[in-house]
Amino acid sequence: MSLVATADVIVIGGGLHGCSAALHLARAGLSALVLEKNYVGRHASGVNAGGVRTLSRHEAEVPLSLAAMAMWHGIAELVDDDCGFETHGQIRVAENEDDAAALRQREARMRALGYTHERWIDRDELFARVPALARHCLGGLIAVDDGAALPYQTTAAFRRKAEALGQRFFEGVRAQRVQRTGDAWTVDTDRGSFAGRVLVNCAGAWADRICAQLGEPVPLEVIAPMMMVTLRMPRFLEPVVLGTARPLSFKQTQEDTVLIGGGRRARVERDAETTELDFRELAASAQTVWDLFPVMRAASVHRGWAGIEARMPDDIPVIGPSSTAPDAYHAFGFSAHGFELGPIVGRIMADLITTGRTELPIAPFAITRWNAAGDSP
Amino acid sequence: MNIASSCDVAVVGAGAAGLAAAAECARRGLSTVVFDEQQAAGGQIYRAITATPLKDRTVLGADYWHGEGLVGEFARAGATHVPGATVWAVTRSDDGFEIGVSHDGVAQLVQAKQVILATGALERPFPIPGWTLPGVMTAGAAQLLLKTSGLVPEGRVVLAGTGPLLYLVAAQLARVGGRIDCLLDTTPRGQWRSAAPYAVDFLRSPYLAKGLSILRDARRATRLVGGVQQLEALGGDSLQRVRFVAGGRSEELPVDLLLLHQGVVPNINLSNAIGCAQRWDEAQLAFVPVVDRWGASSVAGVTIAGDGAGIAGARAAEARGRLAGLHTVHMLGRLDAAARDRAAAPVRTELARFTRGRAFVDAMYRPAEAFRIPAGETIVCRCEEVTAQQVIDTVKLGCTGPNQMKSFLRCGMGPCQGRLCGLTVTELIARERQAPPGEVGHYRLRFPVKPITLGELAALPETDEGIKAVVRIGKAH
Repeated sequence: MSLVATADVIVIGGGLHGCSAALHLARAGLSALVLEKNYVGRHASGVNAGGVRTLSRHEAEVPLSLAAMAMWHGIAELVDDDCGFETHGQIRVAENEDDAAALRQREARMRALGYTHERWIDRDELFARVPALARHCLGGLIAVDDGAALPYQTTAAFRRKAEALGQRFFEGVRAQRVQRTGDAWTVDTDRGSFAGRVLVNCAGAWADRICAQLGEPVPLEVIAPMMMVTLRMPRFLEPVVLGTARPLSFKQTQEDTVLIGGGRRARVERDAETTELDFRELAASAQTVWDLFPVMRAASVHRGWAGIEARMPDDIPVIGPSSTAPDAYHAFGFSAHGFELGPIVGRIMADLITTGRTELPIAPFAITRWNAAGDSP
Repeated sequence: MNIASSCDVAVVGAGAAGLAAAAECARRGLSTVVFDEQQAAGGQIYRAITATPLKDRTVLGADYWHGEGLVGEFARAGATHVPGATVWAVTRSDDGFEIGVSHDGVAQLVQAKQVILATGALERPFPIPGWTLPGVMTAGAAQLLLKTSGLVPEGRVVLAGTGPLLYLVAAQLARVGGRIDCLLDTTPRGQWRSAAPYAVDFLRSPYLAKGLSILRDARRATRLVGGVQQLEALGGDSLQRVRFVAGGRSEELPVDLLLLHQGVVPNINLSNAIGCAQRWDEAQLAFVPVVDRWGASSVAGVTIAGDGAGIAGARAAEARGRLAGLHTVHMLGRLDAAARDRAAAPVRTELARFTRGRAFVDAMYRPAEAFRIPAGETIVCRCEEVTAQQVIDTVKLGCTGPNQMKSFLRCGMGPCQGRLCGLTVTELIARERQAPPGEVGHYRLRFPVKPITLGELAALPETDEGIKAVVRIGKAH
């Protein structure tokens, strides 16, 4: 197979994390090439709900999430594009006493760990912030610095900035076989071979195939969270609203359409790269919206879709070095909440590759956590 | 009307193809349900065939009234006709398909073992400067108003474009005494040369005599300007004048209504959203679903009939509907291959007769690039008001396909779901990239292909799994 290109680092996967890794590698002075089987941002990175959220993160993710949020608030300096980022907060609402108790407990736990970004708000503040919310709600948990961005624009901006700094992107190039020869990596694709000193696996829903070739199989589940959007509505909402017991993520976009998500899943065929919406599941989302936002009852739902991504059994990603091969790193399995982490994960990758360490606590994301039964952190 | 919750065959569309397909299925004992957005059977070509106020048969012509027999045959065959129904999704289920349909403000999911799509054609977009001004509409829309309500446009009327329908509308309007100030023919001069190789077939086709008589009527009715190379609709809040260039000379006409038309293209929104393979047809300058000689698509169980599988006209659509119906009956085990083929033989003869001459029409009335691929500030996507220049600039940013364009500019994301701008965007990107349109591709279309209200969606039945999912995800937090 002919050698098409070489670089210091080969990144497999042109999603947000792959693009971010390429960008941060360029800033660290390493050349990278990104192999993307479709086009950059084709799946979850380009079509997710765009939530930029520190609220309700898994405890292990909180330090990364807060570090990423600081970067989001200066995103234009990082990628020369505002990424459509806006910050009106995210609020998880309590619909009943059980919800309220769970949210207050979460706030107390965060405080105990020394975090102050999540705060319980009472009914009055809740309705002041979300006047359109149904009156049965009792309060909520807010992260005021949270917000939302435009996912495709964001992923494309990271890519363009990385390219401007000299990184190369190969779209329509499908990585097939990775192998170590001497102290370099070769990736064979359907369009020839690529070689580099370091390998980074950001292959999302397909990342387990790379892991298997490295001899460290992972229990990756392919999921496709569904979203739907309405036609434009008169402006009624600024923050992103989340459900507590009922899965919902709800926001009015900058174009005044309303985006409804929350993790209900489409049927997915990974090899065909297709998804099929489950309208009974979408009906359940619609029912939740019906209950929470009376103003939405006559809204026109006009498009639904689902982005393909990877979920790990413990709902947190794999981030860190390979346990079996030298000079190989993983960042995948973000389990439907990786978008906000995009800016920081690329930097962690670059730090690991250039210095062998990162200041952020990534031990919980080790790929070795499934090695022995009952060994998960 | 209560719609049955399941059937053997769901047919989408009650035009020529859908009616014929449903009749073939129903008369052979399949439970057949036809969903159609209109209030009465007939589709676009035979619109209002049972109810039109224009009882003088010479006005709409014998081709139109042919539909009466087809609608009668359909009515006798025993299919269930659901008028006023919008199909917004077709998804695969365990034993076939689930059809998402709204009817009387209520959404339902109907199970079907087989699906026949007969979604017909759309008028090709005609993106000239000013085409979004009030006072500009398509010739096809004007024709529908004539058929359904006998409505004849008032004031100064100009028709512009190319293709047989443009002349047919002119002739039909003239027959009911409608005023047409001018017909601006945008067919490129000398195009007959590229059509000439197909002329023999055309001369032997049923279209020649018809075409000549329509041309005669149209010429008699109006001033005809040929070889129009530029066209612009002018006005502030609404249309006031039309400016055109022909033979190197520019002219402006005061006008109240400008009717545009440059042919029709397959309506592929539903087949695209289902995931049926499609290809670029360079002769018809449109995406068409890939189908076999029965109309079977790349998705097993989905058969596509009529103009929705490539433009060939109403009588060909009827024949293609019958073939799709026979194939579907065969697939459900109610007709063996030999019986199917025997029944199909005369239909194929009919189909050959009515597709003869099509290549000539496609070549002769191929719309000029200047009227397909706009420039500058001309609107491409009406819903989101995206201009040609914005699309071109975005290609330069590295947006190499219509789906990336959607994410960047929102073009194709409005209420029409890209029906009105899809081809224009593909051709614009293709020219900018110097790549074939087939490689650039088309929008990936999404369910619901027509908007439904949140209330309709919320009222759909949930599954046990749905309820379990709520519990599972709830526990994760």
